[in-house]
Amino acid sequence: MSPLLFGAIVFTLGCYVLAMALALLRLVLGPSAQDRVLAMDLLCTIGMLVLMVLAIRYRSAAYFEAALLISLFGFVSSMAMAKFLLRGEVIE
Amino acid sequence: MTEGWLGWIELCVATLLVLSGLFTLAAGVGVLRFQTFFQRMHPPALAFSLSAWCVALASVLFFSARREELALHAWLIIIFLAITVPVTTILLARTELFRRRTHGASSAEIPPPLSHVLRTSSEAVQAPKVEQPGASQRT
Repeated sequence: MSPLLFGAIVFTLGCYVLAMALALLRLVLGPSAQDRVLAMDLLCTIGMLVLMVLAIRYRSAAYFEAALLISLFGFVSSMAMAKFLLRGEVIE
Repeated sequence: MTEGWLGWIELCVATLLVLSGLFTLAAGVGVLRFQTFFQRMHPPALAFSLSAWCVALASVLFFSARREELALHAWLIIIFLAITVPVTTILLARTELFRRRTHGASSAEIPPPLSHVLRTSSEAVQAPKVEQPGASQRT
């Protein structure tokens, strides 16, 4: 792996960590519940992006299944929480 | 010759990765710093669409160049994200609207319903003078 690609990967992971910290701050501060749901959704997506970058770093395609799973569970959980906030129950 | 070609591929991959990192950082800053929820809903779309697309393109390029065949794992994630993200976004927007209406927000904070907007605009197109009492009645 060339030093250029390695440096780019380290920079990208650093940016992701900073963005995750900012989203986590919004998750803690968030004045309303839907702010927290939105920040949680963003956290899930950034975690998925981290896994996809790690797949490039370690040259292994096994990370893609984990990324797909994280994105799937993030979608289901944030949709369930949004439905709960909307109606008070998930399944009517 | 092969070495130079791989160098160009790695340059493209590195550029896409750096772009996606910057877009995600912008999304995080926006989520933290915007004032209202309807404004805060917009920056995550940057992470969901643009930076996810950049990472997917980078990994498709990287693995295709490495194995010397087309490696399209990442498209699955992108397609899945493109289907699911609008659902979550619309549900969260409906939630914010519902909670503003039911939890006693002042009427200036609640966006008017779309049917009302469409009716007043069509009335304004047909007869411009009718629009004025309708607007005063609303406030």
